[in-house]
Order: sequence, then C-alpha cells, then structure tokens
Amino acid sequence: MNFDLSDEQKMLAEQARGLLAERAPYDRLRELVDAGAEWDEPLWRELAEMGFLGARIPEAYGGLGLADLDLGVISEELGRANCALPFFSSIVCAADALAVAGSEAQKAVWLPLLASGEVVAAFANAEGKTGWRPAKPGVRFAGGELIGTKTPVADAGIAGVAIVVCAHNGRETLALVKLDQAGVTRTRLDSFDALRAHYRIDFDGAKAELLDGADSDVIDGVLNRAAVQAAFEAVGAAEACVHMGRDYTMERQMFGRPLASYQAIKHKLADILMATELARSNAYYAGWAANEAPDDLPLAAAAARLSSLEAFGAAARENLQVHGGIGYTFEANCHFYYRRERTLALTLGPKGYWADQLVTAVRAQDGEAA
Amino acid sequence: MDFNDTKDEAAFRAEVRAWLAAQAPKHAIAPGQVLSDAEQVARGKAWQREKYDGGYAGITLPKTLGGRGGTIIEAVVFDEEEGRYHLPKGPYIGIGLGMALPVIGKHGTPKQIERFVDATLKGELTWCQLFSEPSAGSDLAAVRTRAVKDGDDWVVNGQKVWSSWAHHSDWGILVVRTDPGVVKHKGLTFFVVDMKSPGIEVRPIRQISGASDFNETFLTDVRIPETDMIGGVGEGWACCMTVLMGERLNQGEEGKIASLMDYAADTPAGAGTQLDDASVKLALATAYAEEQAQNYLQARLRTMVSRGESPGALAAMMKLSYASRLQKTSALAMEIRGAGALAIEADDSVTGEIWHDYIWASALRIAGGADEVLRNQIAERVLGMPGEMRADKGVPFSELK
Repeated sequence: MNFDLSDEQKMLAEQARGLLAERAPYDRLRELVDAGAEWDEPLWRELAEMGFLGARIPEAYGGLGLADLDLGVISEELGRANCALPFFSSIVCAADALAVAGSEAQKAVWLPLLASGEVVAAFANAEGKTGWRPAKPGVRFAGGELIGTKTPVADAGIAGVAIVVCAHNGRETLALVKLDQAGVTRTRLDSFDALRAHYRIDFDGAKAELLDGADSDVIDGVLNRAAVQAAFEAVGAAEACVHMGRDYTMERQMFGRPLASYQAIKHKLADILMATELARSNAYYAGWAANEAPDDLPLAAAAARLSSLEAFGAAARENLQVHGGIGYTFEANCHFYYRRERTLALTLGPKGYWADQLVTAVRAQDGEAA
Repeated sequence: MDFNDTKDEAAFRAEVRAWLAAQAPKHAIAPGQVLSDAEQVARGKAWQREKYDGGYAGITLPKTLGGRGGTIIEAVVFDEEEGRYHLPKGPYIGIGLGMALPVIGKHGTPKQIERFVDATLKGELTWCQLFSEPSAGSDLAAVRTRAVKDGDDWVVNGQKVWSSWAHHSDWGILVVRTDPGVVKHKGLTFFVVDMKSPGIEVRPIRQISGASDFNETFLTDVRIPETDMIGGVGEGWACCMTVLMGERLNQGEEGKIASLMDYAADTPAGAGTQLDDASVKLALATAYAEEQAQNYLQARLRTMVSRGESPGALAAMMKLSYASRLQKTSALAMEIRGAGALAIEADDSVTGEIWHDYIWASALRIAGGADEVLRNQIAERVLGMPGEMRADKGVPFSELK
C-alpha cells in the first residue's frame, strides 16, 4: 500500500500551481469579470501548450494518456486558482464522453482538437427546471437531427461543438453537435458565477450524430468520473479558502491581538481544514479507483462528491465570514469562491442524487457480503 | 499511489492469515458471550502470549527491544487480519503496548527495558495510565500529585483519575510533581509503579453509561524505589510527550454507518422504510462518505509514517472526526427509529448498541485530547495560527492560582 501522490504527480501539481499563480492572480479574475469575458483565452492556450488539456486524452489522439488521478491533480490546481476556463466542460466531461462512447472516426476528428485546445466542447445535460439529468431528456435525436432546449450549458458561447445528453428511441444517449449552424440558437444567460458563462441552447433540427457507444450506464460512468474531478476542484478551492482566511486573520488586529488568535476563528478554520483533508482523502481514492478499481467508482465518486461539497461549502462561506465587512467587497477575493462553490455544487446535480447512488452501492455491497 | 498490497505485503498477509486461521479461533469470543472484567483480562493476556509466541506481539518494535522490527504497514496488515476475528483485546493490553513500551523503550535504562518490555509483550504485565487528575485534564502539566525523595525511595501522595482498567492492571505509568518551585512543565518526574504497592487504592467511577471502566486512584504515602523512575528528575514532561505523541492512527470502527443504514431499513415508514426518506438518506450518505474519508486519511497518514515522516497534528483529525460523527450519527439513528428507540424490546439487538455509542461518544470527545484541544493543535501546528495566551507562562507552579 502506498497512499500518496507520486513524485511525478507532485511535480505536475507544482507546475500547474506555479503557472496559475503567475497568470491567473485574483486581479486577473477581476479584470475578466469587469470585461464580461467568457474565459481566459490566453491562459487556455498556455495550458494546451504545456499538455494539461490532453493529460487524460489517449496518446493515439494527441493526448498524454495519463490517468484520472493525474487529471485530478490538475483539477485541484484549477479549483485553487478559481480560473475562468472551460476545462471541466471540454476536457473533463466532453472529451471523456467522446473517448468512451465515440466511434473511431469521431475520436480521430475531435479528440486531437480538444487536446490542442483549438476547439472547446460544451457538455449539455441540464434542462432548466426539469433538472440536471432528466429521467427522460426533452431534447430528442431523430433522423440525424436534434430538437429541444438545453439550459443552462456552461461555456457554450466559446464552444465549437457540444456533447448533448438526449433521448433516442426513448432511451438516454449522447449526441455530438456542431454549434455554429443554422439549427442552433445560443443565448447567453445572466450567470451566477461571473467566471463561468452559461447559455441556453435551442436545437431546431440541428444536424447531429450519435455517439454510438453511449447509453445510461456509459453516461453514469462519465458523470462519476466528472464528479471525481469536480471533487478535486472543490478540494483545491476549499484549501485556498482556508489559507486565505488564515492569512487574513493573522494580519488583522482586533482588541490588541491578531484575529487569528481567537479560538472562535482557530476552531472554525481547524474544522474546515479537517473537512478538506477528509475530502481530499476521498478524492484520492476515487481518482485511483476510476482506473484501478472501476467497480468501486459509483460509491467512491459519490463519497468524494458529498465530502468535497461539505468542505467547500463551509470553506467558501466561513472564509468570507472571517474577513468581516471587507469580505463583502469586490476588492477582496472571497466572492470568487463564494460563487464558484454554488457552481460546483449544482453543475453535477444535487447532493440527494449522489446520496441515493451511495446508499444503493453500499446496500448492494452488503448484500454481496451477506 | 496503490491501494493494493505490494508483493512483500501480500506475502506477509498470507503468512498472517494462515497463522491466525490456526491460532485465533480458540481465543475468539463467541457471539453474544459476556465476559467478566477478570475473564476479559485473562483471555486478553492469553491471546497476547499467543501473539508473542507467533512473533506478532510487537510488530513495529525494534528487534533490539524484542519486537519484530517490521514496518508500520505490516502492523496495519496484521490489525486488518486480526480484526476479522472477535478477539479479547482491550486497554489492559493496549496501554502497555501503546504507551508504557514506547516511554520505557525511549527513556528507560537498559535494566528497566529488560525488566518490563519482554514481560509486557508476553502479556504477563498489564498497565494503566496514571496521568489525569481532578484539576489536571487537558492542562496535564498542572498535576498536583507530589513525590518527595526519602532515602532510596520517592514517597507519593495525591489522586489520579480516569485510569482505565486500573483495578485489573499490574503496573501503572505515573507522572508526578517533584519540584513545585519551578514552572509547571519543568517540575514533573515520571515513574512506573507496581499497582499492588501499599497505599494505592483504586475506586471505580460510576459512569453515565452505568459501567465502571474508569477509576479514581488514590496514592497515600506510596513508596516507589528510585530504580523505577523513568528518565531523570524533572524529565516527566518529555516522557509524557512520548506517550501522548504515540501516533493516534487507529481510530474508530469501520462499518458503523452501513449498520445504521440497516437500522433505518429495518424501520418501517409509510409503504417503505426510513431509509427511503431523502433526508435520512442524505444524512447517512454524508456520514458514510466521512467514514470512508477517514479510512483513506488514515491510509495517507500511515504512508507518511512508513516513510519516516511525522503526520503531526494531522493525526488529531482521526479522533476529532470519529468522536463527533459517532455522537451525531447515533443520535440520528435514535431519531430515525423514533420513540421505539427509547426502550428495548426482547427481539431488538441493535438499539442497545446505538445507546452505547451515543453515551460513549460523549466520553470519547473528551478523553485522549478533548475536541477543543485537538482543534487548537490543528490550528496552531498545521495552519500556523497563534498559540493560546497563557496566564501561567513563566510562573512557578507554587505561585499559580
């Protein structure tokens, strides 16, 4: 047993952290918000050049063929920096769906483009009030065309293509659709997280093709692996919040001593750090299990998701709280995480979905053991 | 990262399994069998002796001290495999191995090592811990029990409390004040004491659980020969640190939350069960996720230890997280059952365990580092936040209020 990241993974983390600290400091995020930008395009280009985008994409399709755990290391750093990038949409979700369910031709065309960053792919699952993963998708694929509405869809404005969760012959499946065509209307929505632009996409007979390997089980797998990456992202972000809260309260004097010397603050941050380390432990296991123990993945991904949301939820809220009034200003940096936390919490569906999956997996396991 | 056994670990596991299959069944406690305290201790000693004869008594203990000289991962593998049997293990064995041996091994003389280590490994000597006092718990260095030199002996007077299984222990590890004229940490000295010495009176404490696992120990003119002092005069605090820094890497039982899921599924609600309720499901799933996380955190800490790194205050998270979760989830389980959890019917074998957990959790949040102390440790040692303001800093013990 060896339950730690490898030296290579630690180096990868350092490399990513260094680059992001330099290129995406909080002032850069403020600049992007002020400009109403949808993403940090120059940074995306740099990540592509350094090979981060292709990390998990198979070598045959222009990637590095690394494991989910390696990708998790990158996700954690992106979460820490709270970047405005379509990494989760394009690399974590869409590229994975293509890799596991696409035809040889689809993979050969699209994966190299995603790995090089030339094309961004959106992953369209939610359908407004019907939820993030409707039991019966309202968007239907028939006769090579898509009809219906997906909303909200992250990063759709900058995406050239989308992977769409849709219904075909009454079954849940995935379709690939180019977004720059007559049958597609994209409308930018007012988004809660100013660093992640969301769109409504109306399909009105848009030309599309199915990913032939896709069915509900395959989609489950994509979402489980995405949950693992989102957990890594949340862990990085939660840790950033704890450190920000610590740094601020160490400096801030109150009643003649550092704010950080009060137990009310120390105990709060200790609890959140503990929640973060617990969440990190689940994320590590789930990242490892994604490749090495796939039967464990439904349980491990659900556990990673639930504990990472516990940690990041508390971290984002309490970091702002210990900052006091300054935390409520745009000039402080707490708000980036305060908003991103909701994005991460809701993008992959509510906690209840994952609680359900976890309990089902535990009961099945116990049934086998008994 | 690899969660699977390495080749060596797998070989060790196979060896341990074969040995346990041959030796463990005859020591195992039958389901439902209730043992008196004295029987538990006797069977615990016999099992420890069996492990000693098999070469598994002190897996990580250096060979020079009579141990196996194995790795921490081997100790983990042994614990995992041993855990498959319901064997007589308890504080009466654990305190000796986990607390007395490390402090004697590190601070003891060669003579003391020879006298105590092998006998403890064999299960011939059981130990209790005489540290806490009515006025010295989290603030351990405030102990008032005095020892005064008299010829070749030290004469001890005072009162210790929360000594688990003292009534069935052969020896105790004891910290006392030998110099009240200096600041409190510096005036302490460490001894081992024969629990049959004249002047030691052990009185069981009636606990809120109804049981009496803990004791008050009164020491009245107890004479301890100087040869039983561990370390030198005034080195008691360093010895205490050796005992308390003993890695808190084993904490809690696995499978607790899965059994609460069974409990909820065994509680009817509407057409289904309580486990169908979304809020119940979410609460138990969240607790399960935390329980899993704790296992993996433990694996991370063990990996650090196996490389010679110290997990430091990260290890405090193990108990901090377990104790609170045990309390919250056993309270929740009672709510899930509802009024039916307030009294036990003849066919109900589970609710009593949940009561026990709920009651015991209140002690667990205090014992071996109270929640508040552990949070301070994490904040100060991991996050680097300021230490507490200390009114007793630099003040001789005798001048403290």
